[in-house]
Amino acid sequence: MPIFAPLSQYFISGLTNGAIYALIALGFGIIFNSTTIINFAQGEFVMLGAMCAISIYHLVPSLPLAFAGGVIIVSLVGLVFERLALRPVGEASPLTLIIITVGAGVFLKGVAMLLWGKESYTLPPFSGEAPLHLGPATLLPQNLWVLGLTLVLVLALEAFFRRTLMGKAMRACAYNPRAARLVGIPASRMVQLSFALSALLGAGAGILIAPLTLGVYDMGTILGLKGFAAAIIGGLGSLLGGVLGGLLLGLAESFTSGLISSGYKDAVAFLLLLVVLFLRPRGLLGGRQ
Amino acid sequence: MRIKTWLVGGALAMAGLILASGCGSGSKSKPYVIGGIFSITGPQSYLGEPERNSMEMVADAINAKGGINGHPLKLVIYDDEGDVTKARLDAEKLLQKDQAMAIIGPSLTPTSMTVLDITQKAKIPLISCAAAASITSPAQDRAWVFKTAQTDQMAVSRIYQYCQKHGIAKVAILTMSSGFGVAGKEQLLSQAAQYGIEVVAQEVFGEKDTDMSPQLTNIKGTPAQAVICWGTGPAPALVAKNLKQLGLTVPLIQSHGAASKKFIELAGDGAEGVIMPAGKLVIYKQLPDSDPQKAVCQEYAEKYVAKFKTPESSFGGYAYDAQRMLDQALQQAGPDPAKIRDALEGIKNFVGVSGIFNMSLEDHNGLTPDAFVMVKIEKGQFTLTD
Repeated sequence: MPIFAPLSQYFISGLTNGAIYALIALGFGIIFNSTTIINFAQGEFVMLGAMCAISIYHLVPSLPLAFAGGVIIVSLVGLVFERLALRPVGEASPLTLIIITVGAGVFLKGVAMLLWGKESYTLPPFSGEAPLHLGPATLLPQNLWVLGLTLVLVLALEAFFRRTLMGKAMRACAYNPRAARLVGIPASRMVQLSFALSALLGAGAGILIAPLTLGVYDMGTILGLKGFAAAIIGGLGSLLGGVLGGLLLGLAESFTSGLISSGYKDAVAFLLLLVVLFLRPRGLLGGRQ
Repeated sequence: MRIKTWLVGGALAMAGLILASGCGSGSKSKPYVIGGIFSITGPQSYLGEPERNSMEMVADAINAKGGINGHPLKLVIYDDEGDVTKARLDAEKLLQKDQAMAIIGPSLTPTSMTVLDITQKAKIPLISCAAAASITSPAQDRAWVFKTAQTDQMAVSRIYQYCQKHGIAKVAILTMSSGFGVAGKEQLLSQAAQYGIEVVAQEVFGEKDTDMSPQLTNIKGTPAQAVICWGTGPAPALVAKNLKQLGLTVPLIQSHGAASKKFIELAGDGAEGVIMPAGKLVIYKQLPDSDPQKAVCQEYAEKYVAKFKTPESSFGGYAYDAQRMLDQALQQAGPDPAKIRDALEGIKNFVGVSGIFNMSLEDHNGLTPDAFVMVKIEKGQFTLTD
């Protein structure tokens, strides 16, 4: 059927972008759960992950090293960010903290511009560029990496939160910080961990997408906003919600771009966000609040 | 006592200042103030930076030789960051505060359109480095505006000539939503019939878009024999990549905005076989020695690389040609803006990096489609093609 071919292509590129938005949305969700603030520097973690991996790859052409290095460095950045930018402010109002994250995001972007300039950089795809044919659609090996690794990360996160002590402790802090503290859970340690985890997810997303979309110092802004939209759409604070929101957003963008007009692509994210906020403000899966 | 010291000191300082300024205003060594507005930072910095560098390079060389008729060139260059409002403010600053007698730039079409509005009213010559034909046309409304960049109109003509020659009658166009892309789309659509070309699909992409596979998927289902992509920056490189990844086998023709080594680097394997019109600077080494542009391109490329340690670019070439033409006009006409304008309009057979310029009353760009050669990317290098 002639219409099926392009539809399946939109589906695949929508899923791929959706997986990236899902990872970023998860980052927002984790920090929100542990601190009730939105970390608007999340997009910059994605960008830093991509740029660090690119730089590492230029020094030592090993993709696993670049991936690991990028993720580790940005997780550290997340830790330092929490320690230096948020901890000193103490029990300030959430609004103050959110604005601090916005400022920190701008700062990180500026540092990236100084370090890497305004040029775009490439990262080679993880396993070659030969397209695979799935019926009428073409899939790149990199698309499979994005989808596969996202699935692995999400499952690992699920396991972490449900099975491990530390994960349960983090969830406890999210439900009731005071009670958690009373039971002996070091809340500040949990907050730190949530930042490191979010940064890790963001960096992973950035490195996964860089071979497809190039790495550039300002890629974080729009990705962060769309990831945030995805988090809200799915329900802020809900893991599954973040994933669902991300995939939904990716697919909506792709189909709108293909079927209606590519000019409206960026508008789709925010349109969808508005619709969800009007009709079901808690998000599709009803997050925390 | 204190107040007296201050008064005396102040009077002495004032006297000193008056004396000093008096010495400086000797008309023999009065500098010629030339303004520059470029997109030095921002997403189009790959245009503005080489343009600013080239303008400075030419001016420094002239000043090293003693200036123009003894007058040193003083460049005042502002960064419009690719922003129309800032460009407007920069132009007003140059005219009112710095008293520039001519301005080179801006780098982009929308900023050029804003600035020329101001410079036309102020009757100061402007030499733009941007592509759109509407910058110098209609001629009667652009008496004070010139440009050195080849027009998009010519680029499209050259591309359609190539298509005609190679039996390509149906094309799909994929254009960027920027000023450059929109202007290119207009030209592609309006010139198609003239060359017997049918545009079977029209798609659009954004400057910062990272995935053009939906648009290309749409194009795949059409009888297009070639895809013409019109844009600048990293996005056209992604188009080239996506095209290959989707398994489209038709040739990809880019605009002259992609004629840089960065495009090849970003597009990777997708760059192979891509065709585009380019200024001769891109392949000057392959030109026959008899081509008068070869020597000029060689000199520019070698000097630029030696001074700035980065590869030369055709975009920098626009400002290089502009400054050199301006120097010639200043030499002839002196500092009066109206005389400079006349001298610029009278330039004939000026061999530049971007082409051979023949200015006239009706044509303030002075180039023909011959300013472009068609190049193909083979094994990661630009090669002359037919």
